[in-house]
Amino acid sequence: MPLKGTIVVDEHLCKACELCIDACPQNVIALNDDVINSRGYHPAYLVEEGCTGCSICAIVCPETAITVYREELVRE
Amino acid sequence: MVTQNMEKMKVVYERSQAMTDASTFYCPGCTHGVAYRLIAEVLEEMDIAKKSIGVASVGCSAFTYNYIDVDFVGAPHGRAPAMATGLKRAVPESVVFTYQGDGDMISIGAGEIVAAAGRGENITVIFLNNANYGMTGGQMAPTTLPGQKTTSSPYGRDVEKMGYPIKASELLATQEGASYIVRRSMHDAKNIRKAKKAIRMAFETQVRGLGFSMVELLSTCPTNWHMKPVDAAEWVEEKMIPYYPLGDYKVHPIINELKV
Amino acid sequence: MKRELWKGNEAFAEAAVRAGLEAYFGYPITPQTEALEYMSHRMPDLGRAFLQAESELGAINMVYGAASTGKRVMTSTSSPGTSLMMEGLSYVAATEIPMVLVDVVRGGPGLGNIQPSQSDYNQMVHGGPHGDFRQIVFAPSTVQETVDIVYEMFDIAEKYRMIGIVLIDGSIGQMMEPVVLPPMKEIRKEIPEWAVRGASGKDRRILTSIHMHAEDLEQANLRILKRWQEVEKNEVRVEEHFMDDADMAVIAFGTSGRIAYSAIRSARKKGIKVGLVRPISLSPFPSKFIGEVADKVDKILVVEMNAGMMLEDILPIARDKAQVEFYGRIGGMMPFPDEILAEIERLNGQTRSADAHPRDVWLARMETIAG
Repeated sequence: MPLKGTIVVDEHLCKACELCIDACPQNVIALNDDVINSRGYHPAYLVEEGCTGCSICAIVCPETAITVYREELVRE
Repeated sequence: MVTQNMEKMKVVYERSQAMTDASTFYCPGCTHGVAYRLIAEVLEEMDIAKKSIGVASVGCSAFTYNYIDVDFVGAPHGRAPAMATGLKRAVPESVVFTYQGDGDMISIGAGEIVAAAGRGENITVIFLNNANYGMTGGQMAPTTLPGQKTTSSPYGRDVEKMGYPIKASELLATQEGASYIVRRSMHDAKNIRKAKKAIRMAFETQVRGLGFSMVELLSTCPTNWHMKPVDAAEWVEEKMIPYYPLGDYKVHPIINELKV
Repeated sequence: MKRELWKGNEAFAEAAVRAGLEAYFGYPITPQTEALEYMSHRMPDLGRAFLQAESELGAINMVYGAASTGKRVMTSTSSPGTSLMMEGLSYVAATEIPMVLVDVVRGGPGLGNIQPSQSDYNQMVHGGPHGDFRQIVFAPSTVQETVDIVYEMFDIAEKYRMIGIVLIDGSIGQMMEPVVLPPMKEIRKEIPEWAVRGASGKDRRILTSIHMHAEDLEQANLRILKRWQEVEKNEVRVEEHFMDDADMAVIAFGTSGRIAYSAIRSARKKGIKVGLVRPISLSPFPSKFIGEVADKVDKILVVEMNAGMMLEDILPIARDKAQVEFYGRIGGMMPFPDEILAEIERLNGQTRSADAHPRDVWLARMETIAG
């Protein structure tokens, strides 16, 4: 069972280049049609469950707009 | 919108302290932003940001100093390796790096970069190869591929009239003074990770006083290639890599053995 | 004080070393190569930075880099090399950091030859590099004066955060004269607050010549120009001889001034009331002083080893007040004292209409003089 993760995209930095959307192995990122930032872009955001915190989106993001979080592995 | 319970979550990836908070002026999908981030992360991880001096060049690279949070100077077009030499010779304990595009480094700057590599100048050069002159609107560069259309080769680069692209990594690696010359790409996450490792090794070369280091980074230019960012990344993989093979062209034996 | 025999190029190099020079970057070019060669052992012997660059382009940019750290840095070159350095000088000026350049002028244009000349005057004084700025340019006439001016120039350049240029010619670079060298200064430890040395975060500095917004670039230029006004107020230097009762003045700088001095002494022995005005600061130009001279004398003879460059700065000041004539040797030729004496004698006995431009009058006569 992969760890749960999540991302926070800085809406002001995102330029909707869609590299994160294309790179996400879980296909859980999309552009948010309900938001337009000051530059006129629809920023990326998590649209579905399933983020594993793998950070691939943050790695490809040219704006360093994405902060990635993940559950810590709890060992019994 | 997915709302996650973040109480149990820890940060696993965030902006490096060695980056400023500035939003970049770059086009959407341009991999300059990736390169900056990698450099900043390496400087932070090696704890050398506080003694670093960057040399910005001319082109889209001119504003590097807005994004990497270290001392910076701005060089005339092509002259960054010479300025870096002056800096390093004046303050040898500093970490000096240049950030140059293809026109800057291997067209107008060909003299300076060959001389610096030949001297084994103890600096680090980060070389962004996106096969055109980006800042000025997409003209042919020494790195433009045969047949590639640009605003100054509208019928496609004709090698008979306009010559062949210059392969900077191969060229500079022939020099005795060059100690770490590699080519990487930034078109996907796997290659970006490798690029970061290479940038780390390049700065390790410098701090160990081992000579000249350069990382050539194949980069996208979605606007001037007239492509969407995702397609531009594919173009790097399909068209640029066959001409500019990724790999290690020169690695100092000590760096070869290094594990970080 | 010990007087020693020194070759000009080596003397100015040693003077810079004693002024606390911390880095020298240069390139071989006749007739100043001895400076590079001297530095190549003297600087490393003292543990200071020396590098022969790949070209003058490389050298000026290495200077630009090192100057960004606030350390005392210089280069030296000759005329074809100064043309290559023009770009770098514009950048240094725009970044408002100090540096020193010694230009050992030779015959031109183009590759020219290696004989002495003064034909870099326009390039240095009127600013060959692009943009709105001025450079400080001093022109010594002896090896000793060169030593003294180079020694002082680092302080001057730093005071105004400008480029300091010492303009000599191949003869001063090559000749050997007795000099008294100045004392060795200690290398300063303080770092100017504007300098880069390696820093991150709030301590970091950015030294750039880019100001994207026109309002900012205008402000930067105005700031530099205001400092230039201070230079004009404080740094004008000019020397005069035999001017008290003179009704003719010879105005000449550098080696021309020195040769003219010999001619003037001979002329005085013949009873001609002629004196010498020798500008030492070419930029800032001693306009006020020359205006006062033009008020006093009837005739002015400008002597240069070029085709009349300082002449063009003197004409607007003096042409309505005195008869201005010109004598020059160009392409590496040097005037002999007796040539200048002949000009003084000829002028003494003659008045002509002010219509013709002095250069045209001279050119017409050069057919006979130069053959």
